[in-house]
Amino acid sequence: MSIERHEIEKLATLARIAIDDSTINEVSERLGSVLELVDQLQAADTSGIDAMSHPMQATQRLREDEVTELNQREALQATSPDTEDGLFLVPKVIE
Amino acid sequence: MSNWDTVIGLEVHVQLATKTKIFSGASTAFGAEPNTQACAIDLAMPGTLPVLNKQAVHYAVMFGLAIDAEIGKESAFERKNYFYPDLPKGYQTTQLEKPIVGRGNVEIELADGRKKTIRIHHAHLEEDAGKSLHEGDFRHGVSGIDLNRAGTPLIEIVSEPDMNNAEEAIAFAKKLHSIVTSIGICDGEMSQGSMRFDVNVSVKPSGSDTLGTRTETKNLNSFKFMEECIAKEVERQIDLIEDGGTVLQETRLYNGDTKVARSMRSKEEANDYRYFPCPDLLPVIVSDETIEELRRNLPELPDARQARFVEQYSLSDYDAGILSSDAAMANYFETAAEKSGNAKLAANWTMGELAARLNNEDLSIANSPVSAEQLAGLIVRIADNSISGKMAKQVFEGIWAGEGSADEIIDARGLKQVSDSGALEQMVADVLAANQAMVEDYINTDEAKRKKKLGGFMGQIMKASKGQANPQQVNQILAKKLNELL
Repeated sequence: MSIERHEIEKLATLARIAIDDSTINEVSERLGSVLELVDQLQAADTSGIDAMSHPMQATQRLREDEVTELNQREALQATSPDTEDGLFLVPKVIE
Repeated sequence: MSNWDTVIGLEVHVQLATKTKIFSGASTAFGAEPNTQACAIDLAMPGTLPVLNKQAVHYAVMFGLAIDAEIGKESAFERKNYFYPDLPKGYQTTQLEKPIVGRGNVEIELADGRKKTIRIHHAHLEEDAGKSLHEGDFRHGVSGIDLNRAGTPLIEIVSEPDMNNAEEAIAFAKKLHSIVTSIGICDGEMSQGSMRFDVNVSVKPSGSDTLGTRTETKNLNSFKFMEECIAKEVERQIDLIEDGGTVLQETRLYNGDTKVARSMRSKEEANDYRYFPCPDLLPVIVSDETIEELRRNLPELPDARQARFVEQYSLSDYDAGILSSDAAMANYFETAAEKSGNAKLAANWTMGELAARLNNEDLSIANSPVSAEQLAGLIVRIADNSISGKMAKQVFEGIWAGEGSADEIIDARGLKQVSDSGALEQMVADVLAANQAMVEDYINTDEAKRKKKLGGFMGQIMKASKGQANPQQVNQILAKKLNELL
């Protein structure tokens, strides 16, 4: 199953990754083979089976509402490219 | 009559009053230094995993119980993918297919006494994002990010499009505020963003069954802005259609300070969120026992409290409605009523002088400089006639300014009303003796016109007593003494 060029371009935009023009065909083929696999899976009859939101037969553990994480700003910002007055600095965003 | 019907639906974000984040043990306290309450999980550091906050789950269930909704005994989290710097993970963890609260109902009451039921489509748990700061001393082309708010637990309440004008939308918004503060799951501080409203508005020809194209105005954080925004948006859509145009489905922003509304993005540019089940979180199970325990311990709801106030304190339906609409105000009133033993005065002062003063200073009742106990102290002195209504306002100002209790201020300012008849007799006699000319004038005036002359004496006596003489008593003593001279 093939995947159209414009679909690849849209996915790349959504994922914020740059895909070189010369590699688009290759990416298309590889993603297409993934979709073929999904097609095979979809051939299985799942009528009457509840959708699972998780592969494990387990349920979510809950945490007590107690503060356990104190201020670690200095350590956490040590690897940040740019900070000022305790804020992370990023290229200007609007909206 | 307008030729158009308005249809309004609301999406309401309610910050839950937990101590910690929905998926981490970092504090949610408001107003901390930037990024001091953003831990490795909130920052989406590699290798971290979310662990769900039990209290957030319980608060969401409590909301469901309060609106008589179906509770999702098995709910699940999804990832909503989009890129924005204040969302470090690149997705918001939220619920889509299996929300924790299903269909429910909220009853609103309108100014004309009419009641209307607004249906709730569902309410789901999700995390808040951080904040981007564009103003400041940053270098050109740079924004600052504070992630303290990232991961704060929210419930998003989605209504059906059951409202037909701004009044209904505001009544619904206020009712939700009243419910979430009454059951204690949200602090209700709108100015701090604890409740934020997205308003969906469309118009259609009167009586038509087909809904028009809707716009969504995001992130309104005051009832006043909501009202203004709805009025403007309805007018804009009607004008547009009547001029032959069409309404575009779009997301809009309204600036409450500048009163300007504008488009943020159209449907074509809309995000493709690519929702999928969050592999880091397992299905959330809420047991029947937990639901029943939360139901048993659910605090009093606003409607029940209103009925109780009417019954217990003999308040009017209207007064009881105002006092019970805000949990903090209701508690304040009850404390003042209990401590003073005078519910009527407590109600009048809470809704009158206090509410007006708080409103003027833009303070919430939780931050009132006058405590309920202090107000009760003042009410006791009004009720036992120690001070007049006029003096009471002065004393109230004194308490507001931090000068102490009502009794301390009455003493310090010498405001106690003089009702001791011996002292008043002496005061009247002194004033008459010092104003012989006025007395002569009074005696020589025709009987029919004498009454008018009394005012002059009263003025002198009140002045001599620095306003503390009990006016009714002075009137009697003065009339008696002057009659003796005739």
